Amino acid sequence: MKKIDTRGMSCPQPVLMTKNALDKNPEGVDIIVDNNTAKGNVERFLKNAGFKASIKEDDKDFIIEARK
Amino acid sequence: MEGKKGIIFTGGIIGIISVLLVYFGNPANMGYCIACFLRDIAGGMGIHRAGVVQYIRPEIIGLVLGAFLISFKNKEFEAKGGSSPFTRFMLGIVVMIGALIFLGCPLRMVLRLGGGDLNALFGIAGFIAGIFVGVQFLNKGFNLKRNYKMPKLEGYIFPAVNIGWLILLIAAPAFIFFSAEGPGSMAAPILISLAAGLIVGALAQRTRLCMVGGTRDMILFRDKYLLLGFISIIVFSFIGNLIFGFFNLGFEGQPIAHTDGLWNFLGMSLVGWGSVLLGGCPLRQLILSGEGNTDSVVSVMGLLVGAGIAHNFGLAASPAGVPLNGKIAAIICFLFLGAVSYFNSDDLAKN
Repeated sequence: MKKIDTRGMSCPQPVLMTKNALDKNPEGVDIIVDNNTAKGNVERFLKNAGFKASIKEDDKDFIIEARK
Repeated sequence: MEGKKGIIFTGGIIGIISVLLVYFGNPANMGYCIACFLRDIAGGMGIHRAGVVQYIRPEIIGLVLGAFLISFKNKEFEAKGGSSPFTRFMLGIVVMIGALIFLGCPLRMVLRLGGGDLNALFGIAGFIAGIFVGVQFLNKGFNLKRNYKMPKLEGYIFPAVNIGWLILLIAAPAFIFFSAEGPGSMAAPILISLAAGLIVGALAQRTRLCMVGGTRDMILFRDKYLLLGFISIIVFSFIGNLIFGFFNLGFEGQPIAHTDGLWNFLGMSLVGWGSVLLGGCPLRQLILSGEGNTDSVVSVMGLLVGAGIAHNFGLAASPAGVPLNGKIAAIICFLFLGAVSYFNSDDLAKN
């Protein structure tokens, strides 16, 4: 699965990077985020765009698995 | 405090408290104004010598410390920085110059509308236009690169500076300037202002309220979450102003405002465009500053210095209108935003 790293990017980059990645990989992508704000924003975007999101904690980061 | 209810509630609280702050002594339609209040703090410290706008505004201190305390409690405080700091500093200056041409940050813009000041409509139109331009560059890959984890102390310094400002406000040493007349002399009691800052600082941290984010996310993603907060502030400040008898519909004779529609539009265009590049409005920069984001601290320093420049160089507007120097500065600021936008867009320029 395609993986994108949004750590350290300021708003709205994590969501924008997710959107662009999903446009190219409509079956799904894994998104690494490093803060709760980005996690919430990406989750909300995925919900609005009709993707399922499951979240794993990875040390201090989160991996969001977005699937059709 | 998550979800739509939380952001609407936060906007409502801001709208109502802002009217109460005016009732308790703040200038009209200026319960909160991040640009004006940072400009007053710059004046209080003598960074500019415009005698009518000098005060250490406790609302600012409260916003930063409220965000600091709640983020610390929820383990969201994290010292980070290093994402194009000097570009952000300069963007802070541009945003302040734009705000002082309009006479208000995005938050005061909506509070002005809620008070019946129709000049704010030109500001909102310009704000949306500026955001729209910024979004075009976001779609071309605009970014200011990543931030990195910093030593904890780096994040604690700015909240500590705010405690220092609070001490200077209370101790009132001779080297701190306090306006004897004009907007800087109009202020709610310190404890009320501080509490108003702490409450909104905490709520804004939890809900990520951002005045520029609402329009930006609507254009980019059709996401209305942040826009609900923006609209809620207008609605509740409107209701509050009606209840307290402050509502005054019209263009002429509005408090701390001018009627030059073109420059109200252009001033807020600078603020909207610059804030999109920064990733958030001046309020959001303050909140992030409290959470340990020192890129936002640098942006706030840019806002402070921008206020100094705006008043020392005669750029800032007054109820009489926008001075020629301000118009020239605005054009230079547009050119600067254009260059920053172009050269940081991955699809347009090689980095």
